[in-house]
Amino acid sequence: MTHLQAQPAGQPLPTATPTARRRPWGRWSVRAAALSYLALMLIIPLLVIFQDGLSQGLAGMWQAVNQPVARAALSLTLRTSAIMVLINTVMGTLTAYVLVRYEFRGKSLLNALVDLPLAIPTLVTGVMLVILYGPQQPIGAWLENTLGWRIIFAPPGIVLALLFVTFPFVVRAVQPVLLGLDRTVEDAAATLGAGPWTIFRRVTLPPLILPLTTGALLSFARAVGEFGSIIIVAGNIPLRSQTAAVYVWGEVESANRFGASAVSVALLAIAFALIVLVDLLQSRRNDSQSRQQKEAK
Amino acid sequence: MSSHPASAVSTPVDSRRRWLRRVLVTIVLAYAGFLIIAPLAALVVGALADGLGPVLATFQNRQVLRAFGLTVQISLLVVAIQAVFGTAVAWMLVRDDFRGKKLINGLIDLPFAVSPVVVGYMLLLLFGRQGLFAPVLQALDMRVAFAVPGMVLATLFVTLPFMIRELVPILQAFGVQQEQAAATLGANGWTTFRRITLPALRWGFIYGVTLTLARALGEFGAVLVIGGGIQGRTETATLYIYRALDERQYVSAYSAALALGLFSLLLVLGTELLRRREESKQ
Repeated sequence: MTHLQAQPAGQPLPTATPTARRRPWGRWSVRAAALSYLALMLIIPLLVIFQDGLSQGLAGMWQAVNQPVARAALSLTLRTSAIMVLINTVMGTLTAYVLVRYEFRGKSLLNALVDLPLAIPTLVTGVMLVILYGPQQPIGAWLENTLGWRIIFAPPGIVLALLFVTFPFVVRAVQPVLLGLDRTVEDAAATLGAGPWTIFRRVTLPPLILPLTTGALLSFARAVGEFGSIIIVAGNIPLRSQTAAVYVWGEVESANRFGASAVSVALLAIAFALIVLVDLLQSRRNDSQSRQQKEAK
Repeated sequence: MSSHPASAVSTPVDSRRRWLRRVLVTIVLAYAGFLIIAPLAALVVGALADGLGPVLATFQNRQVLRAFGLTVQISLLVVAIQAVFGTAVAWMLVRDDFRGKKLINGLIDLPFAVSPVVVGYMLLLLFGRQGLFAPVLQALDMRVAFAVPGMVLATLFVTLPFMIRELVPILQAFGVQQEQAAATLGANGWTTFRRITLPALRWGFIYGVTLTLARALGEFGAVLVIGGGIQGRTETATLYIYRALDERQYVSAYSAALALGLFSLLLVLGTELLRRREESKQ
């Protein structure tokens, strides 16, 4: 507020007209700058790749995506991402629940750990997992020789990398909603004789479904495009451990432009669909929130 | 926290709940330990396997220093550009109104879901030798693909949402009353923005800069495709780590990975400490 008092006193208050006339210029120039930035950074690159991927028509694109190696890469990507989402949804909800409802030693450390994957470069994540589970490392060798589990250069390594990278998404989506829940309803259910599992399922879980789904979809979207950790953890073995992003990279390197474009468009279409879905879910949540606020008044 | 039930008050339900709590906390801590802490510890152990000497030698290597220097340069440039244009976009999304705004709002989140490889490839289609803009670039004698400008563009694309998504909610919550008051007192648009709006956005900037920097420092796929990882020219820290692994220089790779990870971690931790100090002041 002190800034305002620094204005020279005694100046006549400006009438509304000059400000009103001046304002739109500022607004338009900001709008022009923002829109041209977005067009250059976002829209032109996206248009170019769609144009390139669809240059042979939808049938041509389908053929390129349906080639055995490309199809295997896409299918591996979707399968590992789906497994990750299942584990992440359960463990993310549980982590958020424990963080919100319980006091225990190490709680603030756990809370800090949740955000850690956002700060670690995904390539470094891959390096960590290879050091831990690589076939020449003690744990990795033991898992492979004793249990017959192959982690690195195989799908389990991909799932582990994806779990690390997407760990915060479900937790951070569920946590604030859980914090805002009215606990007296749960107490009432307990008084009426419901067990903890019934209370969780019938009282606590329903309002969490929407944020939980949002978090799950975001982690899926992030996982489908993941590259840095996967190239380290899974390598680039066609039909075995090659994901879609790694496949695109291989096609770019070997100058197979159409193959790269077709699978890129497929990946982009998945990303588009997921982001639109998340957007819809979030606006629905905002709607129901504002409705509740109105009812409360 | 004591394991002894509080004598008479304790009921079977209480002890069952306590037992449940213990099981759930154990499961979550074990999961976090297995998923996050074990790999982190492995990296530290791996880098220090032969003592501190080889680690220090890695950071006297000129290639490594150059790669880290390039990463820092690109990241700082990206943060500066993102701060300016991110503010413009956030302001437009909150205060401006026009047809198609909703569509743009949805598009902003897209880079979050686009594969970094696809980002690099899109830029290659635009700026590569047979790219759409190739004639223009040739006429201007400019190189974008397999050069630093392309890597800056790629990093800008992948970090696009962070600054905007931090600023939008703060701008929304801040409202227009103080700005209107300033305008009534005779401040013009720029003065109002500089003296009223910008200070209010401070924490949005701090978080936005942190997230953008952390993402930019660690970007790999997009700069690999558009930059090509040419040693000494377009090799960033992540690209160096990748090459060192490929050449089986494990200690160098692990040390560089540890340094990069620690760097990003300290950045995020520092911001968190700053926020706590601010909170305790209030």
